[in-house]
Amino acid sequence: MAHPDNFPETQTDGIKPPLTSVGVIGWVKSNLFNGIFNSVLTVLTLIFLGKILPPLFRWIFTNSLWTSTAAECRSVSGACWSIISANYRFILFGFFPYELQWRPLLAMILLISLLLISRNRKFWKRPLFYAWIFGLLFMGVLMKGGILGLAPVDSTQWGGLPLTFLLAVFGLAAAYPLGVLLALGRRSKMPAIRTLSIIYIEMIRGVPLISLLFMSAVIFPLFLPEGITINKILRAQVAIIMFTAAYIAEVVRGGLQGIAKGQYEAAESLGLNYVQTMRLIILPQALKIVIPPSVSILISAFKDTSLVVIIGLYDILKTTQTVLANPNWMGFSSEAFFFLACIYFICCYTMSNYSRKLEKELGTSL
Amino acid sequence: MPSKKDSENSIPFWHDPAKRAIVYQLATLAVVGLVGYYLFSNTMTNLQRQSIATGFHFLEKEASFEIGESLIPYSAANNYARALLVGILNTLKVSFVGIVLTILLGTFVGVARLSANWLVSRLAAVYIEVFQDIPILLQLIFWYAIFYDSLPAPRNAMEPLPGIFLCNRGLAFGIPESHPSYKYIAVAFLMGCICLFLLRKWARKRQDRTGLAFPVFSTGFAMIIGFPLIVWLVSGAPTAMNTPRLSGFNFTGGITVSPEFTALLLGLVLYTAAFVAEIVRSGIQAVSKGQTEAAMSLGLKPWQTLNLVILPQSLRIIVPPLTSQMLNLTKNSSLAVAIGFPDFVSVANTTINQTGQAIEGVAMIMVVYLFFSLVTSAFMNWYNKKIALIER
Repeated sequence: MAHPDNFPETQTDGIKPPLTSVGVIGWVKSNLFNGIFNSVLTVLTLIFLGKILPPLFRWIFTNSLWTSTAAECRSVSGACWSIISANYRFILFGFFPYELQWRPLLAMILLISLLLISRNRKFWKRPLFYAWIFGLLFMGVLMKGGILGLAPVDSTQWGGLPLTFLLAVFGLAAAYPLGVLLALGRRSKMPAIRTLSIIYIEMIRGVPLISLLFMSAVIFPLFLPEGITINKILRAQVAIIMFTAAYIAEVVRGGLQGIAKGQYEAAESLGLNYVQTMRLIILPQALKIVIPPSVSILISAFKDTSLVVIIGLYDILKTTQTVLANPNWMGFSSEAFFFLACIYFICCYTMSNYSRKLEKELGTSL
Repeated sequence: MPSKKDSENSIPFWHDPAKRAIVYQLATLAVVGLVGYYLFSNTMTNLQRQSIATGFHFLEKEASFEIGESLIPYSAANNYARALLVGILNTLKVSFVGIVLTILLGTFVGVARLSANWLVSRLAAVYIEVFQDIPILLQLIFWYAIFYDSLPAPRNAMEPLPGIFLCNRGLAFGIPESHPSYKYIAVAFLMGCICLFLLRKWARKRQDRTGLAFPVFSTGFAMIIGFPLIVWLVSGAPTAMNTPRLSGFNFTGGITVSPEFTALLLGLVLYTAAFVAEIVRSGIQAVSKGQTEAAMSLGLKPWQTLNLVILPQSLRIIVPPLTSQMLNLTKNSSLAVAIGFPDFVSVANTTINQTGQAIEGVAMIMVVYLFFSLVTSAFMNWYNKKIALIER
């Protein structure tokens, strides 16, 4: 910085903030050791971490085996990641025919790329919607087979991570329209429709998902006329859709309540009827507000699909348990569940991070 | 012909919103009714075909299955109704203990998240993020697997804290040896609570009337702790402990909590506390800084600021989502069925499998949980009414 010549350099110009309040030292001082209480807290936390982290690190990395037999694993003190490397195909794809497992893999890649593309708000236009419909259909074809020269695979053989994704994504996709209808029903001025919607929403939200899954497992077959059976996965899917729809309805209702009354009045004064008002004026605004909470619902649905284990579907948790039931790999449950926890964590963390980011973006643009 | 002219001039019914609404509603009811009737008639035919009797008569039959842990006396010779009651009590037990621990841990983590200490705040954030993002069922199964896979047999039990033993048979710890005075101590504690309640009421009234504050908190604290303490001292201060001892292959004495219960509790508490921590954090953050500063400048002491200014405002934000988390915990306790803890759903599931009364069984599960959530929402409404801002 150039100083005008006629002003002599004063002493104050040269003084910098004290070394202890800037840089690393300053940061440490103001964030870790400001005050006696905080200093004690920092030291205690460091001791705690020092006790926990090194053994954990040794267990995960130093003393662990990554590709070995189960017998070799039993002689080391660290983690036995070999249970994953030896069984990952079964854990990820379940009983899907071994040589056809590229199909669920492709379906998952397709789904993940669709999700990644959808992250970008620039693409939120009609083509993306069609891409989703086409993508979901194509995923179904990949899983089911039977056309386009793909060998048919019975749905009883579906399992692993694709099943988890399938139940969550199809669940949310199918539950969304139902949830919007229920939300509109709950806000309706017609008492019969309002009551029915309230009863449905509150009843479903009051019971645990597992009771609906039991219902799908043991009662749905009784509902159908003789001779007609629906497979287990579809029944569980219906239960998840019914369950998710009630939660979506509440979220959408929140969005509907956030729309100013003037919007309704303006639509009415334009001569729009109910359907037009909702479709053209209210829902586009309301649904935009509820995108972040909808992502939260997708996260819950994704986590909740793990419950299908209880009614005996082979989702990724069940395939892992199956591997653990093999006497050869018995006893390595910590490693296997750690691996699963990582998968779930990465998926959910990505989604929740995105939801927070979106909330911020939409919050400013509204 | 005036009447004909009237009807010509009047609006046709499909253009009259009121009449149209009736038609819509009737149509909806008809569709719902028809679908309901269709499902009902199918069900009845199917039940008849499989010769399953409907109704709740099976409740009086002998259950003939054992239940691992129970709060009331139960044996396989008891009937299904009693087995289900055992299940409900177990659900209530795990939910109650879980809720208390969750609120404690959740508040602690939530406050830690707001700590000025970077390390503590980061650690709390990591906890919240990790435990929220792993399905509760996986967590339950993981903790349970730790018990039967990784923990040693009672002979080599771990002792994380003196007197507390952790082994694959569960968690064993000491309890005070039973003594006749404990009954009276409990009564004294209850008396203390009642006195505190009355004192608080009186102090409020007096403050409204005269403006004089009464140290309710310290007096009440002294009463709640003091009354039982006096009784304990008067009865000779019994300190005998019933500690767990290894005899044979298992612990005797003290209390042994089953691996199922411990795993379920651990999973529920750690999972729900992550959500509660977020609720507590946002509740505290929602009270603007100006409130604290204003309270300070009025000369309130820090604890008065917290008690009179911050808490009343943040609790208004915290309590509603907190209640729904408590309800979630209760509903999630139904996952006990996956690790074999005999909660209500698990017992009902066994009942369904044994009797084939699927509809009644699932209906009972739904009714019981609906009852829990109705009670919760009744409490919520009462609380919301009580704390609602009275605006001009």
